[in-house]
Amino acid sequence: MSKLTLKTDGDRHIIVIRQFAAAPEAVYRAHTEPELIRQWMLGPDGWSMPVCINDPRPGGNFRYQWADGKGRGFSITGEFLELVPFSRIVHVERMHLPDPTPDNHIVTTFEIAGKGTQMTMRMTLPDAAARTAMLAFNMEQGMEASYVRLDAFWGARH
Amino acid sequence: MANLDAAFAAMADPTRRAILARLALGEATVMQLAAPFDITQPAVSRHLKVLEGAGLIVRRIEGTKRPCRLAPTAITEIDQWLDMLRSALAKNYDRLDAVLDGIKASDERKQS
Repeated sequence: MSKLTLKTDGDRHIIVIRQFAAAPEAVYRAHTEPELIRQWMLGPDGWSMPVCINDPRPGGNFRYQWADGKGRGFSITGEFLELVPFSRIVHVERMHLPDPTPDNHIVTTFEIAGKGTQMTMRMTLPDAAARTAMLAFNMEQGMEASYVRLDAFWGARH
Repeated sequence: MANLDAAFAAMADPTRRAILARLALGEATVMQLAAPFDITQPAVSRHLKVLEGAGLIVRRIEGTKRPCRLAPTAITEIDQWLDMLRSALAKNYDRLDAVLDGIKASDERKQS
């Protein structure tokens, strides 16, 4: 069984829940320290994160940039609104494709769960269409890594 | 794949995203869609043509009107997209598990 839960809530929200076998402090650090972030926040195989700059304090900015090594890339910029070590991060972010997408407002919490941590992310998009567009973009990113599944998907449709 | 490219292009425009959001609430005519925007009905019609070409909306004929609604395939695609996001995130978090193991090991070394 997958440890990851991803679901929509209402018209504008996306909820992500995941358990980790580490203390909230470690999971929180892995979400705020660039040298840790760039080791895992990479998306599909083959992508890297050449730019990972952040200023994790209220009002601080961040800029994360990804590249696929074949000339394609995109970036996310955002601002931190609230940080409670090691339990809560509130921030807004947008993708640059290169035009900015609507702001995604994200509340991430880290709670002790047994010997580990339960992380919950609640994303709020400005409207249903913005959420659809965001999911569509992520699908495009996932495409290269998931050609087999995608072929099956398109094969089934046509 | 042409349809997918067309869908991305269609959703890149904020007015067209707003039109899709309106249609998520139910069927609407060109006049109803134009009302909240500072654009003319012919401009809305052009946007609708793009959305229709991308397979995101369907239109029917009712007298002189051609009301629009979200295409059923656009709705099932959202579920498929959710699956793709799920698999991209799952990969990230599997990597994070390894990073956390590394943090734990280095903390234990410091303590001993």
